[in-house]
Amino acid sequence: MKKTSLVAGALLIAGAAHAETPVLQVYAPDYFASEWGPGPGIEKGFEAQCNCDLQFVTGDVLPRLLLEGERTEADVVIGLNTDVTARARASGLFAPHGQNTADLTMPIDWNDDTFLPFNYSYTAFIYDNTKLEAAPTSFDALLSLPDDIKIVIQDPRASISGQALMLWVKAIYGEKAPEAWDKLAPKVLTVTKGWSESYGMFTDGEADMVLSYITSPAYHIIAEEDMTKSAAIFDEGHYFFVELAGKIAGTDQPELADAFMNYVLSEEFQAAIPTSNWSFPAKLADDKLPEGFGKLAVPAKALFFSEDEAEALRKPALDEWLAASWK
Amino acid sequence: MARRFVEINRTTTLGTLALGVVVCLTLGTLLVVALRAELGAAPDSGATLGLIPRDWAAIRFTLWQAALSALFSVLLAIPVARALARRRFKGRGVLITLLGVPFILPVIVAIFGLISVFGRKGLVSQGLMALGFEPISIYGYHGVILAHVFFNLPLATRLILQGWLSIPAERFRLAASLGMGSRDIARTLERPMLREVIPGAFLVIFLICLSSFAVALALGGGPRATTVELAIYEAFRFDFDLGRAAKLALVQFAMGAAAATIALRVAIPQDTGTGLDRAVTRWDSTPMQRGLDVISISFAALFLVLPLSMILMNGVPGLASLPGDVWWAALRSISVALGSAALTLALALPIAAYAVRRGSRLIEGVGYLTIAASPLVIGTGLFIVIFPFMRPSDLALPVTALVNAAMSLPFALRIIAPAMAQVERNYGPLADGLGLVGVTRLRLIWLPRLRRQIGFSLGLAAALSMGDLGVIAMFANPEIATLPLQLYRLMSAYRMADAAAAAVLLLGLSLLLFWIFDRGGRADADT
Repeated sequence: MKKTSLVAGALLIAGAAHAETPVLQVYAPDYFASEWGPGPGIEKGFEAQCNCDLQFVTGDVLPRLLLEGERTEADVVIGLNTDVTARARASGLFAPHGQNTADLTMPIDWNDDTFLPFNYSYTAFIYDNTKLEAAPTSFDALLSLPDDIKIVIQDPRASISGQALMLWVKAIYGEKAPEAWDKLAPKVLTVTKGWSESYGMFTDGEADMVLSYITSPAYHIIAEEDMTKSAAIFDEGHYFFVELAGKIAGTDQPELADAFMNYVLSEEFQAAIPTSNWSFPAKLADDKLPEGFGKLAVPAKALFFSEDEAEALRKPALDEWLAASWK
Repeated sequence: MARRFVEINRTTTLGTLALGVVVCLTLGTLLVVALRAELGAAPDSGATLGLIPRDWAAIRFTLWQAALSALFSVLLAIPVARALARRRFKGRGVLITLLGVPFILPVIVAIFGLISVFGRKGLVSQGLMALGFEPISIYGYHGVILAHVFFNLPLATRLILQGWLSIPAERFRLAASLGMGSRDIARTLERPMLREVIPGAFLVIFLICLSSFAVALALGGGPRATTVELAIYEAFRFDFDLGRAAKLALVQFAMGAAAATIALRVAIPQDTGTGLDRAVTRWDSTPMQRGLDVISISFAALFLVLPLSMILMNGVPGLASLPGDVWWAALRSISVALGSAALTLALALPIAAYAVRRGSRLIEGVGYLTIAASPLVIGTGLFIVIFPFMRPSDLALPVTALVNAAMSLPFALRIIAPAMAQVERNYGPLADGLGLVGVTRLRLIWLPRLRRQIGFSLGLAAALSMGDLGVIAMFANPEIATLPLQLYRLMSAYRMADAAAAAVLLLGLSLLLFWIFDRGGRADADT
């Protein structure tokens, strides 16, 4: 009998101790929170200073959040981008991030007080510089490549990078986007559901170029010491792709959520980004970037749609792409 | 009489229960998603029945590719199955096991295997170019059909082979003693069997191809190869329009139901009689037949084994350096697969028994529902139901096992139901007379007589579950990942070599599970 109550007491104390450690739930995309993404390092770093338990919840962040609505258990969301934030904002689930964004190291000014950038890159076509010697230097030149140069892209209906390509073309060609798609179509080897299939086809040598990000070669340079992958840099500019974090208004851990938003722009977090999420950190001096990043070619011009423009363009741009690709 | 009444009651109760689970998982989740949809979303202009012209194009393409894929798979499978049924050669058992592999491969792995053989830089193109010919292109409608035949030819072969092996050896003996030639045997024994088996095989493959999406897109060369499943995905991801997603999912069910109605009407059950389980010996072999069989078997083996070998070659070097998390994920996947296989059988046996007792095609048809269901809709529906009560990630593995079981159910039914019907025809009256009911009937009649079918079903269900991403992505957290999910995570972290190695591990484990169950079932029957 005594033994039982002892065990019960121990359990109670354990339970109380457990309850004392507050939990911060962070919704993140699968690639972000996986063993090979920035997630584990960030979890360790933040837990060392917050006296809390950071738990990642993975999946399709925005659809999941919209499904859960007000009842969501998320305290913070990470991994959104400007092409979907209009819908995220309209949900009314987010609170101001409370961070100063005046001294970010991004190529564009950031004034949004709801969504906080943590890293950025640009959409780009990646090629093997030992096989494709005269890489195109403009989108026009890409469209005039011989049709036997094969490019693999992602479907904008299922992939966020595919959607970025759609907006990139719209940003360069505007009304003339359908003609650009027409010219690109014979060079498109195929369209995949996600980035992974496309990129795999490129590294297998099946495709000559792949739609990816300007920072992709950094992985090959740093992790594989492989200098053969380059991004083709276009005169017209590249579509700016920024990833964002947001604080949930209904969080039961407002202080922790604020502390996390603060941590996002800390040097520790930012310095981990380049070699784990393979992107440019939103706030880190150039001289603190890993060496391989210095070898990356960077576009002179960033093309960018505000979230309202992107939201308004999404559907018509998709229709144009489909009409051109369906022929 | 009273015993028989109790038995019927029990069959009805268990069968109804199992059917209830299926209906809840399919139509139930669909209803939940539809109810959750924001009301009053304005339909696009130019909509018919709430579907835009693009949706109709997707419906047309889906039906067309599914019908062609099923047709070619079944047509090509007939000579292969016939050859395997009447030839005995070294490695036959291994080949039959390998036949199960493409079907259970994760989609993404299969795509890369096919590309390495039929792609621009694949073996076939390189061979052709070395000989001075033009390379081939896999991308286009023919690529979609090719991929679907690669996935489903083995399944069709196995289903038809089951039919051949279910003809008792005594029948061939009798035919030989009556002096029948190949043509007479085909007319009196084989064609009636095919008439029963083929519509079902066609139906199952048609239904599988109905919800194809990633393969169709990647090898179809672009958005012209848009299937209804992709349209559902678009409604979710691009528009977050749950109403349209639910509507499209309903369309997918309707297409599946229409196909099922036609196929099950065409199939004519027939009675091959009872035998003593002797090994089949054929006396009608001619040199031309032998030649044809050798060609069929070699063709099938090459077509299936080449892409698999390429997957192996790409992945084996990286196996030793696979990160430890991948091995843990493999263990998790094995437990999900075993649970899923057990659940599949727990659903399939009662439904098959109920369908056989009632002689109802409709009951069996309901069991097929899951195959025409959209995994995305099932996952979302379950998520909506579970979320208010507990953390979805706490249920990630059980839910994955259950959904995988539901996805395997149609195959198990297709394999078990016809055989059970025959067992009941042959032994049912005697068993009733002896009062063998419930567990006793299961132990003394069904398990021994259906051993081969049960083994095959369990193997298929386990392996399918092993390779299927299923709904885990929707429920997982970083610590709970299955092997297919880890494979995707490796790829999205640029680790293509590790992903290729994980694919080999996945392939090996799926095959092992499949082999253990399938071999267990065939142990005595195939010697």
